[in-house]
Amino acid sequence: MTYTKRLDGRKFDETREIEAKTGIIKRAHGSAMFKIGNTIAYAAVYGPRELYPRFMQNPQKGTLRVHYNMMPFSSGGDRVRPGTSRRSKEISYVTEKALLPVLDLNDFPNAVVDIFIELPQTDAGTRCAGICAASMALADAGITMKDLVSSISVGKVDDKVVVDLNYDEEAYEDGGVADIPVAMIARTGEITLLQMDGEVTSEDLKNALEMAKKASIKITEVQRKALKEKYEVPK
Amino acid sequence: MGNLLIKDKQVVVPGEELANGMDYLPGSGTYRDNDTIISTRLGLVNVDGRAIKIIPLSGEYLPKKNDTIIGKVIDVTLNGWRLETNSAYSALLSMKDGTSEFIQRGADLTQYHTFGDYLVVNIFNVTSQKLVDVTMRGPGLRKLGPGRVIKVNPTKVPRIIGNQGSMISMIKQHTDCQITVGQNGLIWLSGSPKNEVIVVETIRKIENESHVSGLTERIQKFLEKNSKGVQK
Repeated sequence: MTYTKRLDGRKFDETREIEAKTGIIKRAHGSAMFKIGNTIAYAAVYGPRELYPRFMQNPQKGTLRVHYNMMPFSSGGDRVRPGTSRRSKEISYVTEKALLPVLDLNDFPNAVVDIFIELPQTDAGTRCAGICAASMALADAGITMKDLVSSISVGKVDDKVVVDLNYDEEAYEDGGVADIPVAMIARTGEITLLQMDGEVTSEDLKNALEMAKKASIKITEVQRKALKEKYEVPK
Repeated sequence: MGNLLIKDKQVVVPGEELANGMDYLPGSGTYRDNDTIISTRLGLVNVDGRAIKIIPLSGEYLPKKNDTIIGKVIDVTLNGWRLETNSAYSALLSMKDGTSEFIQRGADLTQYHTFGDYLVVNIFNVTSQKLVDVTMRGPGLRKLGPGRVIKVNPTKVPRIIGNQGSMISMIKQHTDCQITVGQNGLIWLSGSPKNEVIVVETIRKIENESHVSGLTERIQKFLEKNSKGVQK
């Protein structure tokens, strides 16, 4: 059997509907919401601010700290146990590494920039949505950055290379599934995050990354628009 | 030939291409990648001749030499006071820079400035590790009396002060309040309670609308409307 039609009727290279907003958390120094299909990510940025405990301070440059959290009733299945898990620790770590290449923290020795990513509703692709939201929130907080980071998951369902898998596709049972979250700087095509779950041929991986790049350009447009919307002249 | 890809005074985001070619020069908030100038901050573009720079619309305060700021005393040490500066770094006010009075050896420094006092100070040195030294010797540098202290976005301070202090003196005129604006985004104001409320509202309005042109006129109207009937 082959995968001829996507479960939710999208084209193979079509992402889910994307919506973005900035400045939604008033007390944060910068914040953003990124919604892709049924996955919603909120990101809040605080800082640069003092970093304690003191042994964590780096006198040479600022520190970036990311906290990723899925809310207890966010997934369609079981309740997510609140608090840190092996999975959320890993995602916090890779998100940090995905954002660091664009950040300039040299002006903030001993200080920290905190990013909190919360997911009230999830339908696969959470780390990607989190990275998109975090990157917007950083820009909103006025942190110096080389570029925006956009992120999307690509992959292979049965025999088709697809972009932006939802949960039903990730759990597809009639054939193999590969899920590849990618974060990149759309303008230059530099990749800052590349993970993979499943198996693909090198040929398919190349095709998938090509699709990711196209989607990434589209996402960057959405991110830019959302950042500017906050400053539009009120009528 | 270089060409501009954006309009002057337009809002840009990090990673946006501003200009092509070597005819333009990257100013603050921008960098050059091959022959393209790219922005690194969220802000308004300012094209001044050949130089392109970004006027930031958001961001926390970073201590800078020669800034006059408002700080709060958070610690009293052996040789001075430590001030909170509304940034990631606290400032040190040494004994000799904190007061012109003679201080006896081993005197209790809380007699001069104590916890919770707000001081107007000038930054005279910032090291690469962001150790901030401040002084109270200079015109206008003093301890602040009763009143209220509000926090604003530090990038909006120039708008609140206005060209040569035009905006702030307009607010003072209409409300009869004493106002001191620190470059770190702390503002101290003192007057009658009703007038203080008007000042806070006006400052919030400036903060929210500073990037829209015609600000001065709008604030003037707002002040005239609101300060009517409130006794001075």
